[in-house]
Parts: sequence; structure tokens; C-alpha cells
Amino acid sequence: MGLTAATGDAARPATAAPPAIELRGISKAFGPVQANRDIALAVRRGTIHGIVGENGAGKSTLMSILYGFYRPDAGQILIDGREVAIRDSQAAIRAGIGMVFQHFKLVPNFTVLENVILGAEDGALLAPSLGRARRELRQLAADYQLEVDPDAVVEDLSVGHQQRVEILKALYRRADILILDEPTGVLTPPEADHLFRILRGLRDQGATVILITHKLREIMQITDAVSVMRRGEMVATVPTADTTPEALAELMVGRKVLLRVDKAPAAPGAPVMELAGLRMVDADGVERLRGIDLTVRAGEILGIAGVSGNGQSQLLQILGGYPEPGAQVTGRATLKGAALPLAGADARQRRRVGIGNIPEDRQAEGLVMDFAAWENMVFGHHRDPEYQAGAMMDNDAIRQRTARLMQRFDVRPPLSDLAARNFSGGNQQKIVCAREIEEGPALLLVGQPTRGVDIGAIEFIHRRLVEMRDAGAAILLVSVELDEILALSDRIAVMFDGRIMGERLPGATTAGELGLMMAGVGEGRAR
Amino acid sequence: MTRLPRWADLVLTPLISLVLAFGLSALVILAIGESPWLALKTMVTGALGSSYGWGYTLYYATNFVFTGLAVAVAYHAGLFNIGGEGQAAMGGLGVALVCLALPWPHWALALPAAMLGGAAFGALWALIPAWLQAKRGSHIVITTIMFNFIAAAALNYLLANVLRPTGSMDPATARFPEGTALPRLTDMAAALGLDWGKATPANVSFLVALAACGLVWLLIWRTRLGYEIRAFGKSERAARYAGISPARITVVAMLISGGLAGLMAINNVMGEAGRLVLNSVEGAGFIGIAVALMGRNHPLGILLAALLFGFLYQGGGELALFTQIPRELIVVIQALVILFTGALDNMVRMLIAPLFARRGGA
Amino acid sequence: MTLMTRLACCAAALALSAAAASAEPALIFDLGGKFDKSFNEAAYAGAERWKAETGGTYKELEMQSEAQREQALRRLAQAGADPIVMTGFAFGDVLNKVAPDYPDNRFVIIDMVVDQPNVQSIVFTEEQGSYLAGIAAAKASKTGTVGFIGGMDIPLIHKFQCGYAQGFKAARPDGKVLVNYTGTTPAAWNDPVKGGELARAQKSQGADVIYAAAGGTGIGVLQAAADEGILSIGVDSNQNHLHPGKVLTSVVKRVDNSVYDAFSNPEAITGGVKVMDLKSDGVTLAMDEHNKALMTEDMVKAIDEARAAIVAGTLTVHDYMTDNACPVE
Repeated sequence: MGLTAATGDAARPATAAPPAIELRGISKAFGPVQANRDIALAVRRGTIHGIVGENGAGKSTLMSILYGFYRPDAGQILIDGREVAIRDSQAAIRAGIGMVFQHFKLVPNFTVLENVILGAEDGALLAPSLGRARRELRQLAADYQLEVDPDAVVEDLSVGHQQRVEILKALYRRADILILDEPTGVLTPPEADHLFRILRGLRDQGATVILITHKLREIMQITDAVSVMRRGEMVATVPTADTTPEALAELMVGRKVLLRVDKAPAAPGAPVMELAGLRMVDADGVERLRGIDLTVRAGEILGIAGVSGNGQSQLLQILGGYPEPGAQVTGRATLKGAALPLAGADARQRRRVGIGNIPEDRQAEGLVMDFAAWENMVFGHHRDPEYQAGAMMDNDAIRQRTARLMQRFDVRPPLSDLAARNFSGGNQQKIVCAREIEEGPALLLVGQPTRGVDIGAIEFIHRRLVEMRDAGAAILLVSVELDEILALSDRIAVMFDGRIMGERLPGATTAGELGLMMAGVGEGRAR
Repeated sequence: MTRLPRWADLVLTPLISLVLAFGLSALVILAIGESPWLALKTMVTGALGSSYGWGYTLYYATNFVFTGLAVAVAYHAGLFNIGGEGQAAMGGLGVALVCLALPWPHWALALPAAMLGGAAFGALWALIPAWLQAKRGSHIVITTIMFNFIAAAALNYLLANVLRPTGSMDPATARFPEGTALPRLTDMAAALGLDWGKATPANVSFLVALAACGLVWLLIWRTRLGYEIRAFGKSERAARYAGISPARITVVAMLISGGLAGLMAINNVMGEAGRLVLNSVEGAGFIGIAVALMGRNHPLGILLAALLFGFLYQGGGELALFTQIPRELIVVIQALVILFTGALDNMVRMLIAPLFARRGGA
Repeated sequence: MTLMTRLACCAAALALSAAAASAEPALIFDLGGKFDKSFNEAAYAGAERWKAETGGTYKELEMQSEAQREQALRRLAQAGADPIVMTGFAFGDVLNKVAPDYPDNRFVIIDMVVDQPNVQSIVFTEEQGSYLAGIAAAKASKTGTVGFIGGMDIPLIHKFQCGYAQGFKAARPDGKVLVNYTGTTPAAWNDPVKGGELARAQKSQGADVIYAAAGGTGIGVLQAAADEGILSIGVDSNQNHLHPGKVLTSVVKRVDNSVYDAFSNPEAITGGVKVMDLKSDGVTLAMDEHNKALMTEDMVKAIDEARAAIVAGTLTVHDYMTDNACPVE
């Protein structure tokens, strides 16, 4: 193992050894867009180096260049002081670079072992490779707390374990420079903590880790140094100890950023939606929701905290009128005093009665990625009379509205003909928010509003949600980010295993208490 | 990775595919000791060199426009309708029943009725696979292809046992009444004072096909239904979020698709044969898949691709008649064009992508 | 030769062939194909005989599907082929539509009547030939049960079947004729595998002579009969040589003569119906060295008597197609 050979590098003075990775003058353009401009970066061996920047700042392009997906228009890449040409991912692997993508590249119906050796088999016969891999996996698991059952089928594993398999894949290929792209985006807090322990272990054994993330808290928590990118340029590299989240945020956005949500105390009014005894059994006969009682009042944000996969998605989908196919839904609900049918409902009916919906997965649900921005701006409301012109759709009216909303929600670039997939994550989310908020719903369902969204956009979206609340709307917010729940909610309900574990007021609870409730420990009202 | 410029995607790629297909065909023709040049000349003069050739080229192209549009509409809904063959055959049955039902006084009355009959039968034939897909999850590729066989068998039975007039030995319906004879393009040209030859089967259906191109364009890109079809085709989850019923769109898109395939029958059954014969579709349903692929599922592209395949069909027929190139080889040439323009489209795209990538990077 | 001169030659050849085309006769084969060893092949033989004797050339076309008929006809007419001979009743409807569009071309259709001034219809009295075959089968059968396998189930083939049954019953009133048809579509002309299966099935029911009137499908019938050690009767062409000593005889339609005549003397083609019967030798029973041993004296005598009676008009064989009914089972 390359890892075990190089130890204790972190303790050495920076000048003693060449950087593990050095980039000099890297530039890359896509047509008129300059994705990377004259990037210089040096990452010391044996450190965890964070790279932060808003979506579209050029982080992903830079990492794709390092991993051989793109070739730079100009510049040099040096590994351990030697210039290398990284033509493809094979070359990157030979140079000792391993990559863990945000979206895993695993074969779901293969076992862990098969996934690990995929593409790195010794020969035509699998048996010797598998035997060797099994021995090495055992060793790696022991060294770095990377325990995974080598014979488990990947699709049966939790997201956190799948991520470990990705890391194991890289290590098995002798990677001593590990790049992780938004690794905690899909993890629960305990899983994220475990990941950080693994990364520290790797660093202490002499590996170099590059961590790409939005979350400044994580940067502060785990990295040794941090580089900030903005609009294709590398604007700063500082030791983490010498900086603060506020300073980093300012560097990323180029202006002062408010990290706390500045909001007045809520003035809750009458209940907008009341939910009683909501149960749902999915097509496989598994009970996903086991009797949910909730009330959301006008002018308040009810936050639902919980580790993902505890029924929040099902709750949002049922309220949004599109339960998963084959699901059986029972329970009672009212909206503004009128009965709201839960079973057999459709999403159009929900919109008509005044329920807006910012879905958890904007790319798969909230947007049609191949549709232009203007087409997405009426998605779900496309049957509303104001967008019709006789038998046709009134595309001119829709484009005008889109131009207006893009300006109001600061969607960049403000091109209504651009396909949704060509916007950054934050701007995609702004399109969804613009559409749902501007319809003026009485109840707004909000799922993971800032997942994969850059800091500037997070601030913007949070402010809009609070404005809506202040205007008297009821907001049901689901998020796996405890920070977000704590910052935005006027009331917090914790969900675990299809039940509400209890409700807390944000001022009268702590992250620790909520964390225990999220893990199913505590009050036990529903037990 | 690299995205091609629009013109390269729409024009260059199909053109290179065609050149490759023709190049390979030329090699095959050389290999059997014939002259590719003579073959090409025969095809071009046979398909485009006379009013007769044009008449047949346009006739075939009309068939392919309808089946190509059928495939495209389903494709926009993310459905791969391979059943155009069976739906067009059933459309033929619908057209025949309408034409034989009444002693039609004039084609202008008979045509709309026949269009309804053909479209209805084609749509119904697509409805069953669509319903099975929407409600039972049976894969539409499998069911539509199976329904091609069922349609063929059903027509065999009906033509041999039910629709054959007594005393006739042909497994075909009786001849349609005089009043159902559609005006040929040549007659229409003559009415305008142009002498454009005579006795070719291209008929007023070609104009219907052109209108269908325009209507499909409007449907897909201008109407709410088209919007929903495209949204569903791109992402079923997003469609469900937006309150677009997957079952409804599956059924409606397939009804339109089957209806378009069935409409083809006004051309081949009503316009050309004047009666329903066995195997009247002659593979046009399958050609429609290649036409839609090559035409990028856009009505204008489909029209151009249909003209190309009309040329290949008519020119291929001329080859069989006037050269020693065996008929099987003509099928090989047509298959090569389908292979390159349809199936290997991405291969060509990958070949030319680096050229544009380098230009873009410089 | 340089490329240019070769191209020039090509062009010249093309021009020449185009000029010659105006006088070229043409032959269109029906589904089942040119080499069905039966009906279409008989036509092909006639055309080849004309070609060998006169050194002329002709165009030929094989049908692949029902829907192509009209275009095939029009294309040949357009190219100036004259006369255009086509085999098979299935062209009837299409020819009726196309012929008036090309008044200067002459058409000949075999096995079907098309009433147009520039179309000559040639029909054969298959019931007469089949009657003689029925007598032969009756004399050759030891079990008293014989078989008939038709191609497509249409009146024309019932005409064969009915004549065969009449002849058989005349010679053997107590005997039994098994009847099967291969199918109801033109595909039935070209399904030798199914033909063989039907022949085996009939043998298992006791048939020991089987008459196949099924185009290309008949090849399978003859093969199966030879394999099973029973006798068969061929049709249209002389098929005796296919399995020497195993094929009792063949009911020959002189399609070859009709094609030959049309090609050699197009001027004689006139509208109307030309009946080819026993009397004019349009229909015969094949006698050659391959079946000599099978034809007993008694059999030949009975056949000759019947033929004489039919030619003389004292014996009338019922034509199924006149009333779509057969007087015997």
C-alpha cells in the first residue's frame, strides 16, 4: 500500500517536500464560458484540504481536470513535484488519484467485493482477484474504520456504507490522493461524523484528502487548509485555523453574507392544515407512515427534522398529491377548514386548493431538466387559464412571466431559453422557488430547499421563505440539515420511523436533544 | 461529453451516416461484380428522373411520414412504439370498412370518413398495449411488437374468410366504390395545367401527410397536451409531481401514435390499391422507426427522412428491375442506411465530436 | 480502359438497353417464386425456350408481396415491355385496373379472366387433367384411399380437387378421397414443410396415392410421399423426374407453351379468353421414362378411354368454378 509507506508527513515542515498536488496556471473554457481561469493550487501531502465555492465557481471542472475527464486549455499539473499529463481517468488512477463522486458509480446488484475489483481485475479469472481483494479489504477496514461486509450486495447497503465502498475502491487502486465531491450531502449526521473519522485516519496515515463542499461548518471542523473559488478563479488559500466561516462566505460570494437567518418572532394565526392519523403502506406492504398528526398554522414555519428515509419524503408526496404508485393512504386532513382527501388525490387538485410544493429532489421532480427555464416556470401550473391562448399554450405570456420572475429571484444567467440542466443547482432551485412562491399558496411544502445549493442562494431562499411566512403563509419545511431546521423553524417536529417523535420550540431545545430524537431515543410519544 | 452545434447534429451527422452507408453498399455491389456507379444512376433516375419515379417516391414517402410521426409522438412520451406495422395494417382495415360501407358519392366525403376509420382502428390497436403498459407495467416494446403479429394473423383471417367477396380467389376485399378514388397528384397537377405524367400512386394523401407534420409540430410544441407528453417523456417523476397522470399520457400518446400509423392507410389502401390486400403495409411501420430516428423526432426532419426512404424504396425497386443486382442485396442496402442513420447514429456523432471539441477549445 | 471510357460505355449500354426495352417482352412470376418446380417454373421454362430459340431477351420480376403487384405491372408497362405475361389469378384485379392506362401494351394473364381489350386471358381445363389423374390414382391405389393436398384454399384449387375426385370415383365408387389445404393465404403456395406434414398425416389415414396441387408446397408433398414409400401425383410442370419411380404421373398445364406462344407471336394476342384443354393439349398427363413402370396397361387403357370420351364431348367433367360445388365428395 502506498499509504502505509508514507507516514508522518503532516508533521514535517511544508518546505521539506514538494506538494502532493500542484496546479499551475490551469485554464479551461467551454465555448464563451471561462470555467477555470489561471488556477494555482498547492496541496500539501498528508493534509485535508477543503475547496469551497458557490455552484458554478469552477470546482467541479477543476476536479474533472484532475481526474482526466477534461483536458485543460493551458497549465500544468504536478504530482509530488513531477509534471504529469492526465489524459483519462486511468492515468489519474496511475498517478495515485482516487475520486469519490457525489453520485456513486457502483453497480447496484454486484457485491461490495465485485464492485471494488471492477475494472481492476488481475486477469480473466475472477477468483484470484477476489481472494486478494478480500484480504486487502479486511486490512483497510481495520486500518481506517471502513467496515463493510464484502459479500453484501451494494443496493442493500445504506448510503453511508455505499460511500465507504467508493472510498475502498479508490484505496484498492492504491490512491494516496483522495478527492471527495460533496461527500456529506447524502449522509446523516452520525454517518458524516464517521466519514470524518475515516478521513482523519487516512490523513494520519499520510494520505492527502481534497474535500469539496458547501458546508462551511465541515470545512472548519475537519480541514487543515482551505481554498476558495469564485467565478472560475482561485481567490484565496488559507490555513483553516486562521479563518472564520463568515470570512470564507464573504470570499466565496464576494460580499458580506448573513449566515444566520434574520427573522422576527412568528405570529401564528389560524391552523391552515390539520393532519390526523396519516398512515401509508407502500406497494411492498411496508408501513412507511404510522399515524402522523400535525398542525401547520398561518404565519409559521413548521420544521420537520429527521434522518432521511424516515417517512418525510412520503409525507411530502402525499400532501403534494402524488403518493408513490401502489401506496395505500389512510387518514384525515383539512385545509383551511375544508376536507382534503388524502387517498387517490392528484397534484393538480392540490395546487388548485392552494398547496405549493418545493420538492426534495428538484432535478427529478421539481424540474424537467431538458425543458427551457420558461417551460419549467409554469410546470404544474401549465393548465392555469392565464397561460392558455385558445387551444395552444400562451408561450409569450409564459416567457414574459419567466423574465419577470428570473429578475425578481435573481436567477443567473437570466436566459429564459436556457435548459434547466444548464443552470447551477442554486439557480435551478431559485426557478422552482420562484414558481411555487409566486403562485401565493396558503400552504407551502418545502423539501430540502438548500441541498446542493451554494451559500448565496441559500441566504436568498431562506429570506424568501421567511417573507412568505410573514405574509401569512403556512410553511411545512422538511430538511435533514439540522442547522437549517433550527435557523428557520418556528416549531420543530422530529420524525423517526414514520412517526412524529415529538415537537420542540427552537429556543427551548438543543441540537443534541433533537439528534437523540432523530435516532429514535427520547420522549416516545408515539411509541 | 462535447455537445455538437445544432447544425452538425441535424445535418452533418445524418449526412455522414448516409455517405458511410452508401460507401459500404458500393463495396458490397463491387464485391458481387456490379458497378456501384450504374446502381446509383439507376436508383437516382428511377426514383427522381421522371414524373413516374417521383410519383412512387412521394407515394412511399407519404407512408413513411405517417409512420415516422407515429413513432415520434410516442417517443416524445418516452414510449418506443414498435407497433406501427400492426397499427397501420389495422388502419387499413378501418379505411376498407369505411370505404365499403357506403356508396360514397365523392372522395371529398369519403376521405374524412376514411381518415377517421383508419385513425380509429390504428389508435385502438395501440390502445391495448398502452393500457397494458399504463395499468399493468407490461413493456410496450414487447406488447406492440407482439401486436404486429396478431394484426397480421387477424387480417389474414379476415381477408381470407370474411371480407373476400364470394367468388373471388384473392384474399382481398372487394374494390372500393368509384367515389372513394382519391385524386392523384398528377391529376391535380393536370387540373392546374401542368403536365406531370400520369398513373402514379402519389395522391392527395401526401398533402394530408404534410398537414399532419404541421399538426404534430403544433401538438408537441404548442399545446398543453404536447407539453405534458414531453414532460412525461423526459421524467415520469417530474410529471407525477406536476399532476400529469402517467397512465393518461401513456394512453393518449399511444392513441395519437396509433392513429397516425393508421392514417397511413388512406395512402396505400385507399389511394393506391383501392382495396385492402394482404401485407398492405409492406414494412412501412418499421421504416417509420428509422425515419423518426433520423429525423430527430421532429416533423420537418421526419419529412426529409421520409423522402430519403421513399427514394431508397423506389430506387431499390428500379435496381431489381434494371440491374443484375439481386433483390436481397437491395434489402441489404436499405438495411445499411437504416443501420447507419438509425442505430449507429451515436457512433458517427462520437467520431465527429472531437473535431468540434478541438475547435471549441481553441 | 480508363474510367471515363468505361463510364461512357456504361452510359451507351444503358441507352441501348433503353432503346431495346421497347420491344422486350416481360414475365412476372407470382408469389411462390420462379423456381417452384411447378406453376411458375413452367412459365419460366417457356420463356427460356423462347430465349434459346430466338436469342431474344426478356424482363422478369418476382413478386415478394401482395402490395407490389400494381407497381410491378405499371413499371413494366411504363418501360415499354410488350407483351407482359403474368402468372396467377391474383393479378386479375390489379390488371383490370392497370390495363386501361396502357392501351398500347399487350397483356397476357394465365389462370384468370380479365375482360379488357388489350388483355388475353388464358385458362386451363384443370378439371379434365385432374379427372385423368383420379383414374390413375384409383387404379394404382391398393388401399382404396387416396389423398389430395391443395395449396391456398380457393375455388381454382377446388377445381383440381373436384376433377380428381370425379375421376377417382368413376373408377372406384367405393373408394375414399382425403382432402387437405395448406392455408388460406398466398403463403400456402410456398410451404413445403407443411405439405410434407399433411402428406404424412394422409398416409397414416390410409392414403397411398397423393395428388398435390399446391405450387412450391407440392415439393414437400412429393418428397414425403417418396420417403413414406407411397405414390404421388405432381402438378403444372412434369414433376415425374423429381422422384423417379415414386411419382405416378403429373397433371401438366402447358403454361410454358402459353408463355412461349405469347413471346414468339405477340401479334396474335387479342382480347378475350383462350381455353387450353385436353383437346388442344393444353392439359395433359405426363408419361415418360420415370413413370413408365408405374403405368400398368389397364391404367393406360382406362385413361385413354376417358381422354377420348372427354375430347369427343361424350364425357363432361364438372367444373367446380361454374357453381362452386362438386357433385362427388
